[in-house]
Amino acid sequence: MLVLFAVSALVAALAMTIGTFRVELADVFAILVGRGDGGVGERIVMTIRLPRVLAGVFAGAALGASGAVFQSVSRNALGSPDVIGFTTGAATGAISQIVLFGGGPNQVAAAAVIGGVLTAAVVYVLALKGGMVGGYRLLLTGIGVGAVLGALNGLLLVRGALDDAVSANLWLAGSLNARKWTHVYPVMLGAVVVVPLLALAARRLSLMEMGDDLAKQLGVTVERTRLLSVFGAVLLAALATAATGPIAFVALAAPQLVVRLGGRSDLPVVGAAAMGACLLVAADLLTQLAPWGANLPIGRMTGIVGGLYLIWLLTRGKNL
Amino acid sequence: MSELLAAQGLTLAYDGTTVARDVTVVVPPGRITVIIGPNACGKTTLLRALARLLAPKSGNVVLDGKDIRRYGTKEVARRLGLLPQAMTAPFGITVADLIARGRFPHQELFRQWSVEDEAAVQAAMRLTRVTALADREVDELSGGQRQRVWLALVLAQETPLMLLDEPTTYLDIAHQLDVLELCRKLNREERRTLVMVLHDLNQAARYADHLVVMKDGAVVATGAPADVLTVELLAHTFGLEARIVVDPVSETPMVIPVASLERPD
Repeated sequence: MLVLFAVSALVAALAMTIGTFRVELADVFAILVGRGDGGVGERIVMTIRLPRVLAGVFAGAALGASGAVFQSVSRNALGSPDVIGFTTGAATGAISQIVLFGGGPNQVAAAAVIGGVLTAAVVYVLALKGGMVGGYRLLLTGIGVGAVLGALNGLLLVRGALDDAVSANLWLAGSLNARKWTHVYPVMLGAVVVVPLLALAARRLSLMEMGDDLAKQLGVTVERTRLLSVFGAVLLAALATAATGPIAFVALAAPQLVVRLGGRSDLPVVGAAAMGACLLVAADLLTQLAPWGANLPIGRMTGIVGGLYLIWLLTRGKNL
Repeated sequence: MSELLAAQGLTLAYDGTTVARDVTVVVPPGRITVIIGPNACGKTTLLRALARLLAPKSGNVVLDGKDIRRYGTKEVARRLGLLPQAMTAPFGITVADLIARGRFPHQELFRQWSVEDEAAVQAAMRLTRVTALADREVDELSGGQRQRVWLALVLAQETPLMLLDEPTTYLDIAHQLDVLELCRKLNREERRTLVMVLHDLNQAARYADHLVVMKDGAVVATGAPADVLTVELLAHTFGLEARIVVDPVSETPMVIPVASLERPD
């Protein structure tokens, strides 16, 4: 886990040296500890690159932790917020804001959070049966609701004015381009507060994976733990989506990768967060280094990488 | 005299469907109590209510002389352990890690793993003879080994009371006997009070000190197996025409089925 944090930090620092204006790694560190020379480099790092990198780090961490919790609650490797419709719901919120109300970036972000949380509430209530939320039920309900919302998103894009549709589409691609500090703060605050809380619940969630009865008899308040952790995970996914647009597969892949690398038995919330941050920042670095020159949207990049990973997981998995 | 574990006038229901009505049971301390009865008679439901997994619609469960609802959930988990019928071993978990989870009720947020925890896990593994499997993955084990591992998890909880819901299901006959012998050993050597739901009448008669017979959500008979298991009871409760002989090994009643009677329902 410490290794993951170190790798994230290193990749993040590297990412800050890259761009049209090259800043040396040593200078980046100098600027970060407040010993910059006050020149162009410092301004670029502090107003453009640092917010971009931090948005990536915290959105990645939020997605990773969120994915870990969802996979645990649904007892299924596919139970991540992008698969069960919450990211789509956040997108619906954001697109509605862009197309119907023409709101600025902050309103769009707020709408994405609201969309995500509302979707989660709807899915949770629909998946409830006799006061319990079963894994498969949650997964299938989420996929159903996600499909409806996906269609709605398409409809909004078709019906909207051309300019709005284009900017909505850009948002939908998911990107760390032109992130400002205002994008960073909400997801940073969310990750810093919610991830540790989820980490505290991790052990209870691990016990619940063995079955509700066994967890209850061990003294876990099963329904309360599930409701609160799902709420925290939804909040994280929605905040991340608000900051960067929909980013595919980080939530799905990060917890799985951590489990396969570490082989720990308890739910690795913090590990998944570190892995998520690492994945997202690395993907961002790759998109910037990519030879096409045209900054590939990071949401698509993680989609390509994550899709391949998922196929690999499915071909060799026996527990899906 | 405060009771260790007792149900008083329990009415139990799932989603509005009443499963058991006015059930009163006292679990004798230091003994093995076995609950028997035909399918869907409410055995498992009663066990779940005794372990506060199911809140009764009316009546109450008394644990150590106090209403079970007045304890914290972890406090109950330190006094009473339950082995449910269905469990899932998390992907890739090792035997030792799984058993260690039984220590959850004894752990605090910032005091996570202690010498006592380690000792309890070691003792549980020794009793269930899974010490040699400690580093194996639970998925790789045979059914009999896996059942012993789950039993070890509940043992590691170190509760004076253990409730086991059909601990022998899905096991072949030799492993069934193995698990039941282990239960007896826990009772005789470790002084643990056991409550089990069993399907096999002869095993129930052999291992129980105290039998509770249920039918259609009600308790129809309680007492020592030799007093309770009669030809009339079997006909009335199980719809079974049977003869009862003395088990030549344990000298407890042994049921020889003759024919299935038309069920009186």
